[in-house]
Amino acid sequence: MRAFAAQTRTELVLSLRNGEQLLVSIVIPLLLLVFFSLVDVLPLPEGVSDGVDFLTPGVLALAVMSSAMVSLGIGTGFERQYKVLKRLGATPLGRGRWVGAKIAMVLALIAIQVVVLVVAAFALSWAPGGTPALVPVAVLLGTAAFAGLGLLMAGTLRGTLTLALANGLYLVLLLLGGMIIPFSEMPSWLATLGELTPAGALSTVMQSCLRDGAPAAGTAWAVLAVWAVALPAAAIRLFRWE
Amino acid sequence: MTSDAPRPAPSPAVEVADLTIRYGDHVAVDGLSFTAERGQITALLGPNGAGKTSTVETLEGYRRATSGAVRVLGLDPWSHHAELVGRIGVMLQSGGVYSGIRPAEVVRLFASYYADPADPDELLARVGLSDRRRSTWRSMSGGEQQRLSLALALVGRPQVAFLDEPTAGIDPAGRQLIRRIVADLRDEGVAVLLTTHDLDEAEKLADRVVIIDHGHLLADASPSELMASSHGDELHFGAPGGLDGAALGAHLSASVTEESPGEYRVAAAPTPATVAALTAWLAEHDLPLADLRAGRQSLEDVFLRLTRSAAEADAALAAERASEAGSRRRRQSRRARRGSAR
Repeated sequence: MRAFAAQTRTELVLSLRNGEQLLVSIVIPLLLLVFFSLVDVLPLPEGVSDGVDFLTPGVLALAVMSSAMVSLGIGTGFERQYKVLKRLGATPLGRGRWVGAKIAMVLALIAIQVVVLVVAAFALSWAPGGTPALVPVAVLLGTAAFAGLGLLMAGTLRGTLTLALANGLYLVLLLLGGMIIPFSEMPSWLATLGELTPAGALSTVMQSCLRDGAPAAGTAWAVLAVWAVALPAAAIRLFRWE
Repeated sequence: MTSDAPRPAPSPAVEVADLTIRYGDHVAVDGLSFTAERGQITALLGPNGAGKTSTVETLEGYRRATSGAVRVLGLDPWSHHAELVGRIGVMLQSGGVYSGIRPAEVVRLFASYYADPADPDELLARVGLSDRRRSTWRSMSGGEQQRLSLALALVGRPQVAFLDEPTAGIDPAGRQLIRRIVADLRDEGVAVLLTTHDLDEAEKLADRVVIIDHGHLLADASPSELMASSHGDELHFGAPGGLDGAALGAHLSASVTEESPGEYRVAAAPTPATVAALTAWLAEHDLPLADLRAGRQSLEDVFLRLTRSAAEADAALAAERASEAGSRRRRQSRRARRGSAR
């Protein structure tokens, strides 16, 4: 327990000490939420009058993606490249406690992001609806899917390649995933493609959890659940420690 | 665990028996056997690609032997990995530490992994890093990183320490410090297995030297045994290159060869009379004497002689294989020509 607690604390301190990661995981989602809530330039889905009501669920989905995929993936990728994982393999820490500490670190980062974003959203007069009780389930499934994707990259590619790919995917999924631009504004083939990504599934689910009148999310829950199983399974299978 | 079972006789801390490691077609280690004892420093020496790191990583439990057996503290490092990791200390050749972490943080973190760790502050003082509390790993010099890696290898109070080139790329003061710590470990009864390229280090520090090349054992003895062995009836000296070896040889009644530019070997017992004759000849020709070694060879002489003769044997074998392959190719091409003529 002592080792697990120390490991989790270290993981969290190191990721918060890392300026770029902080930028991606807290500043960018916050900036998007505040800017586009105040400046009416983005299209909104039908029946939404206040931008913040649409943006908040999307930006919370983005926060999950940035912590679980980008921060975790890039951090772990470099730890692997610099042989930290190899070195830990020769200590009594063990794989189980290491994975546990990584999960705890990601969940703690997401909790910090959620608090910051929700406070900002209420300050922008957000009026949540939907079924908020399901938000923790959605966040956990999204975390599993994106952490799986982040670790899949970290465990198979060089650190620098993971860095580039995770940041590139972050941007593509931000645009395609319906997080700040509604699917209703996209050509139908692009919207379908976007809805099948883990980002699209998570943002659709978050909309239904937090906004009255959001489209039904039955399919999106199923898509998200499939990613939440498939991506960690692929990471477990393909992850190489050295 | 059954405490009433009779304890087996204390086995060597590290046992390598007929170890072979293959990567695909490449044989990295080929039938290697040696042991390392508690309270001794064993140096594993060999040129690049000799199989040192493959051997050490098998002992650390990172890879599995293709065949043969290794035991660390009586356990198989692969199948008893979890039992063993708490009792061994590992220093990798490079890296191994979070780039944004500070020395005290990482030593405390590693201390939390072990049941009875060393005191983190004392350990930092021991490796001379007490004043670098605020720097992160990535901002530390190569020597500081090596010393921190050593501290991490020792934080769990290991019974066996595996140190992969612990003084590579370190300034002389840092090297002295690391050597002193390694010598202290031996005195505390730890079995230290270190790999090094630094023959001077092995000569000064090791109780036992294991020389390997191309995955084969070339020698296994104490440095003084190695240096005194067989080729003791020789005199080595350094002088300007291109001396008239034949004339000097006639003067000394022994053959003189220039082994490398300015390095000479006299095939005669190093008696005071021979030494006197040599220096008299040099004085007569007004030549300076750069150095003179009688009887004992340096470990470097031994190492180069052993690895060179191994390389020569390999080259001969390769040439033999190449000529066999050549004649096979010629036969094949003759057959091919016959085939295309039809």
